[in-house]
Order: sequence, then C-alpha cells, then structure tokens
Amino acid sequence: MQTDTKQKEAKVVIELQNVRREFRVGSEVVKALRGVSFKIHEGEFVTIMGTSGSGKSTLLNQLGCLDTPTSGEYILDGTPVRKMRRSERAVLRNRKIGFIFQNYNLLAKTTAVENVELPLMYNKQYSAKERREAAVKALQAVGLGDRLDHKSNQMSGGQMQRVAIARALVNNPAVILADEATGNLDTRTSFEILCLFQELHRQGRTIIFVTHNPEIAQYSSRNIMLRDGKIREDVLNENILDAAEALASLPKQQDD
Amino acid sequence: MSIINLLKVAITAIMSNKFRSFLSMLGIIIGVAAVIIMMAIGQGSKESVRAELSKMGTNLLTIRPGARMRGGVRQDPSAMQTLKMADYESLRNEGTLITNVSPEVSSGGQAIYGAKNTNTTIYGGSPEYMDIKLWKLKEGVGFTEEDVKKSAKVCIVGTSVVEELFGSKDFDAVGKTIRFKSIPFRIIGILKSKGYNNWGMDQDNVIIAPYSTVMKRIAAQTYFNSIIVSALSEELSEKAIDELTEILRRNHKIKDEAEDDFTIRSQQEMMETMGSTMDTITVILVVAAAFSLLVAGIGIMNIMLVSVTERTKEIGLRMSVGARGIDIMSQFLIESIMISLTGAFLGIGLGYGGSWLASNVFMLPSSVPFWSVGLSFCVCAFIGIFFGYVPARKAALMDPIEAIRYE
Repeated sequence: MQTDTKQKEAKVVIELQNVRREFRVGSEVVKALRGVSFKIHEGEFVTIMGTSGSGKSTLLNQLGCLDTPTSGEYILDGTPVRKMRRSERAVLRNRKIGFIFQNYNLLAKTTAVENVELPLMYNKQYSAKERREAAVKALQAVGLGDRLDHKSNQMSGGQMQRVAIARALVNNPAVILADEATGNLDTRTSFEILCLFQELHRQGRTIIFVTHNPEIAQYSSRNIMLRDGKIREDVLNENILDAAEALASLPKQQDD
Repeated sequence: MSIINLLKVAITAIMSNKFRSFLSMLGIIIGVAAVIIMMAIGQGSKESVRAELSKMGTNLLTIRPGARMRGGVRQDPSAMQTLKMADYESLRNEGTLITNVSPEVSSGGQAIYGAKNTNTTIYGGSPEYMDIKLWKLKEGVGFTEEDVKKSAKVCIVGTSVVEELFGSKDFDAVGKTIRFKSIPFRIIGILKSKGYNNWGMDQDNVIIAPYSTVMKRIAAQTYFNSIIVSALSEELSEKAIDELTEILRRNHKIKDEAEDDFTIRSQQEMMETMGSTMDTITVILVVAAAFSLLVAGIGIMNIMLVSVTERTKEIGLRMSVGARGIDIMSQFLIESIMISLTGAFLGIGLGYGGSWLASNVFMLPSSVPFWSVGLSFCVCAFIGIFFGYVPARKAALMDPIEAIRYE
C-alpha cells in the first residue's frame, strides 16, 4: 500500500463535493451528474471511464472549469469554482489547467511553437521572450525540439497531439485534462502518446484522462468509472502496465 | 492579450483570407475615395470661386434693385426697376467713400459683321465701368462722357467676338462697324482677354458700350439692371455700403421703418453666398458618398459574422486555454477595425489619385482638404467598431464547451 501512503501525504488538487449538474431540455430536467464526490491528489494519473451518456463529458467540463455545478462544490487547487464568474474561470483555466483534446485543436497555418505559446498569450506575466522560452522547453519535453517552426498542416497526427500536449504543459498547470487524447490515433501512435503521459506522470504531473477505452485504464494509477451520472467504481490500479513495453511488443508496421 | 499580439492575430487572420479581406475592404476603399474626391472638388471649386471673385476686385460693391430675396418669393416686377439715372448721379456726386461708379445695363442678342454673326451680350456702362470691372484694353481707346451724353454708337469688344466676326482673335477690328440687334456700332477698342471663368463662361464674349446707348437704342428701358461701385478700399466697403444705403433711401423716399428697395452686396458677401452654395452642394455629394461607407460597413459586419462562425472552434480553443470574453471580443474588434482602417488608408490614397486626375485630366478645380483625411480615418475607425461589435460580441458570448466541439 505504498501508493496509499504517498497519496495521504500529497496535496489535494481536485476536490468534488456532491457535485450535481442538471440541464433543462424543453420541459424536462436531465440530471447529467447526480452527486459526484472524489479527491484527486497531486501526482495521480486518473482515468475517468464511462459509456456515452454516463456523464463523463459533463464531468470533464466541470473539472475543466468550462461549466459550473448546479449544486455541490468543486475546489480546484484550493479555489472554489462554483460561484466564479465566466472571466474568472477563464483566468483559472489559464493558470491551473492544461487541456488536451481528441482532435488536437491546433490553430491552422500556425507553427508548433506559436501554438504552444497560445495559453501564455493570455497571461500578462509572461514577456514575449519568456513565452517563447517556455514554449520551446515544452516542445523539447514532448520530443519535438527539432520541429519548432513546423506548421500544423505539416505534421502527423501523433506530432500534432504532441504539440497539443506541449501546449497543455506550457503553463505548468495543476492538472492536465485529456479528453480521448488517443482517440484519433492509430495503435502505435496511441501507445507512443501513452508513453508520454506515463513519462509526465513519473515527473509528478497530475493527469486526468477521460476515455471510453478500458485498455487505457491499465496504464494509469487510478480508475474512476461513471454510470448514469454517478461513480460506480473508484479503484487504485495496483498493477500499472508500462506503455513502452506494450509499444515494443507491437508488430512492426507493414511498410517498415 | 497584449495589443501587439492582438494586432498580430488580426494580421494573420486577414492575411489568411487575402481575397476575402480585400473584397470587404473594397467597399471602404471606394467609399473613402468617393468622399475624399467629392470634398476635394467641393473645396477646389470654392477656392477657385473665391479667386475668381477677388479677381473682379475685392472692393467691388454691387447695387441691385429689389429687396433681399427671402426664400425665393418672387417680387413685383416694378420692384426691379428702382435704380434710376437720379440714383447714379447722386451716388457719383455725394459718395465720399467710393472712387468709381457705373450703371450696368445688359442685353443679349446677335452681333453681325458681313456674313458672320455671333450670339453675345452687350453691357452698357459709364466710362468708369472698365476700371471697376478690371477690364484692360488691348487696342484702341475707351469711350468718354461725351459718348455717353450723345448716346454714341461706339463699342469695345471682347476677343471672342472679334474671333467670331472677323475670323481671328488677333484681327485689328478697331474702326470696323458691326451691328448689334440691327444697330450699327463702331468698334473703338478691343479688350484684353480674360479667358473662361470657373463656371465655364467665356468672359471675352462681350461687347461694352455707353449705358445711354444701350438703354435708349437697344434695351429701351429707363432703369438700370444694377449699379456697380468701387469702394476706396476693401476695409472701407462696409462703411461705403452704409453711405450708399443712406443716399439711396433718401432718393427713394423710404421711411425709417420701411425696408430698402435695393440690395448692396460687397464682394466678400458674394464670396460667402457662393461659398455657402458650394458648401450645400458639397455636403449633398459627400452625404451620397458617405452612404457607400455605410454599405461598406454592413459588408464588413457580414464578413466578420462569417469569420466568427468559421472560427468557432478556434474561439472555443482560445477560451479553453484562458481567453476571457473581452479577449475574444478585442480580437475580432481589432480585426474589423484593421480591415476598415486599411481600407481607409488605401481609399485616401485612391482619393488623392482621383483628385489629381480631376484637376489634371478633367480640369476640375480640386484640392484635398487635410481635415477630410482625418475625418475619413475617424469615420472608418468608427465603422470598424460599430459594425465589428455585433460579430465580436457574438464570438465573445460563445459557450466554450459547444464552440470547441463545433464541426
């Protein structure tokens, strides 16, 4: 139970207290989240799984401060989010969260380094020089140090997702939120990206990976399973697989 | 986001859709150019009218029969016959602030010499008429008081009349006898050419004769069309007007409370009147041109709305990574301002070019007033903000959750 003791010492980054989220669709009220509570500590790699309609997108929006709970409270890195204004949440996202999306969402016709600089553009504390340096460092961390000035349309899916990961790292966030980050990639590239996530995990980053793919759960340290807007299962992964090994055992690509 | 970064983003956005950006700028370019050219021609005409009028002598005073026109109300024809011989004489004898006085009677008609004829106007005046009107003689002599007394059939002709009747501008027509409305006139002098004035009137197409001759033999009238006077100086014009008014009121036995039955205008007043007419025309033209700017603004709004919709995903992403509503709003506002200001810039250039063409190719007086450039710039900045606001607000109010998943 080494992980358990480690968790108790670590700082709580995310705390959900009986979070509910209801949507009004016409005259009906849809309850997307029906009282979700959990804590995530610094350095955890959590997968949140669930089928479509389980409320995982709604939960992701809550965690990403894109939305606020109807009731309950969400505390992100010590800051209660529910009563924050739109613009305050934008600043909070800018400082505390790194988003990674399924379809990368890079700016078109823009170089890798400019894409990575984007979050810092909205942070006045960074000068142009510091911004550039931070972006270069983040790109080096994801193994794209030699492709700084490649434009998004000159890169493969895997490279684009690496740029997106660099963008999520650049503001040194409290938590990285990945939404089906390997969903658009082939098996090999998926594992490469998973390797990168595991690498970041080893470096002590807090990662939340939302997916419907149960395979990914094997590579994370904790799995939360959602169903019908409630947590059905929340377990620590005792036997974390190594994505690098899985990658090595993959059959060689046909055209190699 | 800092202003420099916002500008960079706007430039990138504009440049990534060059043709479309240019088309939406085009409206502004054309609108601004039209406004500038209209203003330039308005200003140019006004300046040249001023120059023209001051060429006629800045100390010139014109006395016309009839009270001042009010709102175009037509006056009794008898009101137009109030300037008589007695008035001319008293003005000449009693006026202390004036140098020259001359009645003016005019009549249009045909002048004939041999088999040639031309349509022209005959002006009757005193011997001082030419001095007041700043006419100079090229050849021959002017007429005298003696000629006036005898209603002599002598005349001085402009070069255009000489050209039409004798075949050449330079023909020495002194001594020849021409007919005007079948009355024979002996030419005693030829006027130095003044050329065309700014209304396109040939100032050399004139015949000048003693007023008595014109009144008796041609116009058959006992009143003057006007009396023209030179004040001692431009500064004394106003005082001279007061003096002339007093003399004429006494002559016409006008009671204290009654209005004048004549009007005296100084050249300055003429300039102002002409100027204000020009201003009205200019304003009408500029307003018409300004409407094209309004249409251009709507064009920008349209293209910005398309742009916002196209970039929904980008907006969603920017919001996710920390852009506030105000950041997104500024981004799109700056883009639309940049489109309209770039358009303004190019439009001003085109306006200058058009104004140059107007004055050098189409011979229209034209000078770009400096303030019109500033005004165009301000108006375009306003258009950018005004028509950019709705699209920018639409972008700023997007829900990041929906925007980021927009396909």
